[in-house]
Amino acid sequence: MTQTIHSHILPNGLVLVAEPMPWLASAAFTCLVPAGSVDDPPRKSGLSSFTCEMALRGAGPRDSRQFVLDLDNLGVERDEGVSNAHTAYSAATVAENLPAALAIYADLLQRPHMPAEQLEAGRQGCLQEVRAVEDEPAQKLMLELRRRHYPDPWGQPSHGDVASIQAITIDDIQTHFQQHYRPNGAILGVAGRFEWPAIKDLVEQLFGDWQPQPAAPITETEAQGKYTHLPYDSNQTQIGIAYSSVPYCDPAYYRAWGAVGVLGSGSSARLFTEVRERRGLCYAVYASYHTLRHRGGVFCYAGTSAERAQETLDVTMAEVVRLGQGIEQAELDRLKARIKSSLIMQQESSSARSSSVARDWYHLGRARGMDEVGRLVDELSCETINAYLAEHPPHDFTVCTLGPHELEVPDGIS
Amino acid sequence: MEFLKHALPNGLEVIAEANGEAYSAALGFFVRTGSRDETAEEAGVSHFLEHMMFKGTPTRTADDVNREFDEIGAHYNAFTNEENTVYYAAVLPEYQDRAVELLADILRPSLRDDDFETEKQVILEEISMYEDQPPFGADERCKAAYYGSHPLGRSVLGTEQSIQGMPVQTMRDYFRRRYTPGNIALVAAGRVDFDALVACAARACGGWDSRPGGRAIEPARPHEGFLTLHKEIAAQQYVLQLADGPAAEDEQRFAAKLLATVVGDDSGSRLYWELVDTGLAEHASLSHYEFLGAGLMMTYMSCEPDFAAENLRRIRVIYADVEADGITDAELLQAKNKLRSRVVLSSERPRGRLFSVGGEWVYRGQYRSIDDDLRTVAAITLDDIVRLLADYRLTQSNTVTIGPLHELAPPV
Repeated sequence: MTQTIHSHILPNGLVLVAEPMPWLASAAFTCLVPAGSVDDPPRKSGLSSFTCEMALRGAGPRDSRQFVLDLDNLGVERDEGVSNAHTAYSAATVAENLPAALAIYADLLQRPHMPAEQLEAGRQGCLQEVRAVEDEPAQKLMLELRRRHYPDPWGQPSHGDVASIQAITIDDIQTHFQQHYRPNGAILGVAGRFEWPAIKDLVEQLFGDWQPQPAAPITETEAQGKYTHLPYDSNQTQIGIAYSSVPYCDPAYYRAWGAVGVLGSGSSARLFTEVRERRGLCYAVYASYHTLRHRGGVFCYAGTSAERAQETLDVTMAEVVRLGQGIEQAELDRLKARIKSSLIMQQESSSARSSSVARDWYHLGRARGMDEVGRLVDELSCETINAYLAEHPPHDFTVCTLGPHELEVPDGIS
Repeated sequence: MEFLKHALPNGLEVIAEANGEAYSAALGFFVRTGSRDETAEEAGVSHFLEHMMFKGTPTRTADDVNREFDEIGAHYNAFTNEENTVYYAAVLPEYQDRAVELLADILRPSLRDDDFETEKQVILEEISMYEDQPPFGADERCKAAYYGSHPLGRSVLGTEQSIQGMPVQTMRDYFRRRYTPGNIALVAAGRVDFDALVACAARACGGWDSRPGGRAIEPARPHEGFLTLHKEIAAQQYVLQLADGPAAEDEQRFAAKLLATVVGDDSGSRLYWELVDTGLAEHASLSHYEFLGAGLMMTYMSCEPDFAAENLRRIRVIYADVEADGITDAELLQAKNKLRSRVVLSSERPRGRLFSVGGEWVYRGQYRSIDDDLRTVAAITLDDIVRLLADYRLTQSNTVTIGPLHELAPPV
């Protein structure tokens, strides 16, 4: 099947990037709106999340109930989330309902009601989410690790805290919406069964009047880094280790990604083999790559019972450091097989592709096709990855632990 | 799409829904065994054995197994529940034979002593992990309270004690008793070469000895009750409520899925508008689960502890209203529209079809196409829902709640 990726930039700045997948019965879209957790003002952490919560409470001609009812009747499976740079609105449904679903989201993004009488209900929803994260030790740890590893505000958790959510007013939400729900900086990714000319016309018609707004600059402050322990009276201790990497837009990205894959993705990866399979130290252990637009990071996780936590940290850290000495051909071959199969299997999901083309555009200003990714992966060799690792060995670690006892982080490592 | 089936002389069945237009093939061994087939001494052995399957065979070490799955770029995993243990892999079509051969080989594991002891630690870590995260083991506690001494009340994970004290021989005996070819189906979906699949199965599984391996399906008697468990570290209060629902063999199961969507779907349902939209709960849902000879309607709710008593009262009012007045035409239509779209979306990946086709086969020994499911759902009427509500009472339930509260009174 030949892959075509179309794109079109509306005069107001909205980017439409679309991949027809005529063999599917579905269609999906992902709209990235430039309202991320980095845009939350000081002491109003969680404002982008709260704004998203309120934007879903009716828009255009539909009140809150009609809004949900109509999406349900169109069979729309929806999802929303706030990342550091965006609020992402995603929807997938049977192909024939794509135009009607897009029209409802055009209202949501431009004409939400944000009903003041539902502000307290929305606030309660946000507070419930803050409390829910408190009960997920692994998630709580990894959020804290990210917050400490990246320069502020890039690691800000999106859900805020009790005090900040309580401080937010309806005016804050209205102002945040006015400033950040704008077409310049927004990306609409569409994938699935549709005709490109028709979708392009429809998007022009639905989003053409959306008014651009100036983008606000972001001020960075230094990362907090090093070792932090969060006391928690749990059975297990959660361990997180982070170090810096290149961003997705960097020419060295695939080399960095390959090295992380060898370390921690898949069950023949080094962390799984050494920490879980050989020593039985934990159930869950991995390393994953994460990217912002201008910097990347590698985040490693292991969860283990408190009495074996020090050994787990030591073994995990030793594997991370050993990665700097390079990888082997067989490890790279396995990684290539896995990425090849993932690329082809993406062709079975309109949701996966709509989000992928939208995120590509944010990072690269274009969407990579499968052929290009395939070529970049084919070009990877042990030599290029090892040269990358020699130049950028894992170092300068941020370590976070959560559990009953603080651990010892080896000298000269953090 | 075409349905194909074949049985090996030793009783192992091979079935496939072949779709020449798919990009990948999903393959899985569905084994009819799970926690309901365990004795008290064996508690957790099905799930522990599922882990041990990846620890090597007479011809492969554990490293070989992990390495070979990665070499063919497989997306693979396994899971265990009350009645089934499933080992599966999604691969590109050219790797079909290697994936089947590898999955088949690991189903004849070595079960070596030292691997058993190492993996025991991993299982204990898994149990410990679930004790630290919602709902802090309350799901298994609730199932045990609801089913009492019936085998469906057994824990899938087992307990720290049952795993810690388990000798390897217990697992070897269990394996011999349950992993007989008559209990196993090789299921495939997507771009499958069926002739090659049968040939590969014959080569890899044809020599497996056949033994009796049936299970008795004893009738389950639900127990009502209300129990509050204190969990100091929890921030939220979690509520699980089990009520009777249609079993896997019961035609009313489709109506039960629709009712659960109307009453307790994640969006646009009665529980959603009453509890989630209002911010009273973080999550509130009703779902239908089916077993052989028994079914469940499960309510799951999490909320700020101070709201728990009031939320429980509101859930009870919603269920009593539904029992008294049923649901509306508009609600039924909304639920059908949602389910139709979900069936289409989840069927696009062969991985999605694998579990539908495999589940249908191990539970009911039949094949149903996507269109069969869509037609059945479309034909459900309000009368069907009324009959369902008369046969299965949402208000007669067993509740377990866990969280910071020391006491929580049942709603009156």
